Amino acid sequence: MLPEQGSQHARHVDTLFMALFWLNVFFFVLVAGLAIYCVYAFKRREGVKTPHITHNLALELIWSVIPTMLVIGVFFWGAAGFLDYSVAPGNSLEIAVTAKKWNWTFTMPDGSVYGKNIQIPVNTNVKFVMTSMDVLHDFYVPAMRVKHDVLPNRYTEVWFNAEKEGTYHLACAEYCGKSHSDMFGSIKAVQPAEYEKWLVDGPPEWATMKPEELGKIAYEAYGCNTCHSVDGTKNTGPTWKGLYGKTEKFSDGTTTVVDEAYIKESINIPGKKVVSGYENQMPAFEGQIKPKLFEGLIAYIKSLK
Amino acid sequence: MADILTSPHAGADVHHGKEIDYIEAKKGIWSWMSTVDHKRLGLMYFWAVVANFIVGGIFALLVRITLLTGNHGDNYFINAETYNRFFTLHGIVMVFLVIIPSVPAALGNFVLPLMLGAKDVAFPRMNLASFWIYIVGWTMAITAICLGMVDTGWTFYTPYSSTTNGPVSLMALAAFTLGFSSIFTGINFIATVHKLRAPGMGWFDMPLFVWSIYSTSLIQVLATPVVGITLVLLTIERAWGIGVFDASKGGDPVLFQHFFWFYSHPAVYIMILPGMAIISEIIPTFSAKTMFGYKAVAYSSVAIALIGFLVWGHHMFPSGQSQLASLVFSFLTFLVAIPSGIKVFNWLATMWRGNIAMDTPMVWAVSFLLLFTIGGLTGIFLGSLSTDIHLHDTYFVVAHFHYVMMGGTITAFLGGVHYWWPKMFGRMYNEGPAKIAAYLYFIGFNVLFLSQFVMGSNGMPRRYYNYLPEFQPWHIASTVGSWIIAAGLFLALGNLLASLRKPKDAPDNPWKGTTLEWQTQSPPIEHNFHDQPVLHRAPYDYRTPVSVDREIH
Repeated sequence: MLPEQGSQHARHVDTLFMALFWLNVFFFVLVAGLAIYCVYAFKRREGVKTPHITHNLALELIWSVIPTMLVIGVFFWGAAGFLDYSVAPGNSLEIAVTAKKWNWTFTMPDGSVYGKNIQIPVNTNVKFVMTSMDVLHDFYVPAMRVKHDVLPNRYTEVWFNAEKEGTYHLACAEYCGKSHSDMFGSIKAVQPAEYEKWLVDGPPEWATMKPEELGKIAYEAYGCNTCHSVDGTKNTGPTWKGLYGKTEKFSDGTTTVVDEAYIKESINIPGKKVVSGYENQMPAFEGQIKPKLFEGLIAYIKSLK
Repeated sequence: MADILTSPHAGADVHHGKEIDYIEAKKGIWSWMSTVDHKRLGLMYFWAVVANFIVGGIFALLVRITLLTGNHGDNYFINAETYNRFFTLHGIVMVFLVIIPSVPAALGNFVLPLMLGAKDVAFPRMNLASFWIYIVGWTMAITAICLGMVDTGWTFYTPYSSTTNGPVSLMALAAFTLGFSSIFTGINFIATVHKLRAPGMGWFDMPLFVWSIYSTSLIQVLATPVVGITLVLLTIERAWGIGVFDASKGGDPVLFQHFFWFYSHPAVYIMILPGMAIISEIIPTFSAKTMFGYKAVAYSSVAIALIGFLVWGHHMFPSGQSQLASLVFSFLTFLVAIPSGIKVFNWLATMWRGNIAMDTPMVWAVSFLLLFTIGGLTGIFLGSLSTDIHLHDTYFVVAHFHYVMMGGTITAFLGGVHYWWPKMFGRMYNEGPAKIAAYLYFIGFNVLFLSQFVMGSNGMPRRYYNYLPEFQPWHIASTVGSWIIAAGLFLALGNLLASLRKPKDAPDNPWKGTTLEWQTQSPPIEHNFHDQPVLHRAPYDYRTPVSVDREIH
């Protein structure tokens, strides 16, 4: 009924959820039971006269006062959990989050920038300070039971403390257009030492991977895939299939043969040359992609013949 | 008003053993288009609502078909943009063109003056104007759909709605125009209830339907202008780039949400109170027993209408509004739940020791009780702050409000249609298929939406085109449910339409009701009653037996 529990907060929310579930079951069985009982027990027979009962003060007080007490109790329970989670503890690790149609970008405390998939240390308070570059988005990590809208021109926060190692799904929960449902990411909680290592040179498996394989990871991690296809389909941006070596025509009328320098420029400063027939929708990635992944991306584009 | 007050005995010719009724009284299309008769206007609204319900329902079926799979690839026959338009149009059509006018404008127009023993509503010409404004708004909405549709969701959240392509302004102005129709109807009903009650009918002798519709009208008049002005501001922002809600122009997107929900939360009560209104008529009539706690139910309607104005912020717990605001809104939300709970217990107490006939309207009413109870109870998860944060914007919310809006209002509306059908058209429908349709609807409804509760609590966000594979079985179940419900609804509609081929055979009071609309012919004569009816029996008073014929003439 509920997703995995990633934090103490999640356990608290679930306790209330289950309490409310049984409260629901109790009242539903009461109402449905009475209704169905009445339908059978007081089935119509001709000539029966019904009692003229207009009201009963005691009964009405009971069914007004008891539910009122119950819901006020629920209010305080829910409010307590909400306030606990509302403000991040002062010692939290701070990660900046930028949302843009339809990708998440994370700036880690050391200034490095990651798209989509990041790692965090386990058993640590992690605070996400979020803003949007365009429309409303919403940062939702179901396993942590946290959710908060991400707004343009404003900073909002969520925080959690992952208790167990594991990969936790991040979803956008505020409708933001065409690829709203593809705007997801993952937050992997690992031991602090592994996290530090990851910050320096990426996950261990990168060491043995070929550049185009790394490029494929970057293609998904930085959200290139939301706009650029690799199978020739026309999307928000030009396809990467057969891109390398092709002559591109730009909106200002000039042309260029796609080579490494052009690809580098287009990733760093996409607005400089806009391919004719497309709008400049792409964020600039200058200084945000680790050199290893950058080389990988170029190798990956070269490999897509 | 003059023309409807003259010649009170004009319909005295006998026809099929009955006098000439309001449908036969005048002939020709113009006599309908220019009518000021509340019954004819109610009927025209009714057919408009039925047609729109079919359109909105088709969009819903298309949404469900799209969601049979969660991994569509690039070449699926319904693409992501089309899917976004489908769920947007489903929402807009169902909220603005179906649910809001369904009970008040269609059934309310027909029944309310009859229940009060009045000849018409207080302002018959304004009633006609209201209908034509509805048609203008409807035309604008349909034009927007044909011009390429909109993809903002029915909530029009900024800044997405200020920046997306498509005829958003036209759609927003359509909703603005429809709001006027709603305000006109509200003003009319308030004046009618205050001034046109039959002699001897005090406030606490009014049928509970009237109390509920009266409360609804208060909200319509007070809240609708706010959404009207909000949608105009949105249009101004789109047309001239004046920053009101769009942050990139210096506006505040959260302000839009406050404005929008300041109307749209009370609008939830505009939608559910009329449903409760119908149930408060059907249950005593088919239990042949007086309403338990009449005053509690009447006051509950008014309390819901008033407290309903103070809870809009519960749609915005994760939006960035202050924590203090969230705490206050959460607390008030729990308080507004109480009057609804009281009503449910009062209906049950009315059935207790009654003499219950499970005719079709009562089958719908009992379905309402069960579905609305689930809808109301699951609201507790969403009113409570910490659980709402997890469930907000997931399928849990989708399931919850469908249990209230469809399981509540639409179920009650269908019950009301079956209840007043003999009065509206003078014919009895076939009970067998009508009941099968109601059972199919009930089963289909639960298959459709119970599965969505499970998905939502597991973290499936709403308005998703692609989704994680683990949710697919639940989505398939949900889609199958939508087919069952569609079968039920088409059977109900076909059965009702089939009855129109028969001669007018309905008795004046087929269900032995106690309210005044049963004290005139089925269908009523053009002027409702020959003479001013005087209250003969308090509503729901079954101390003396009720006959299927009129008791007063």
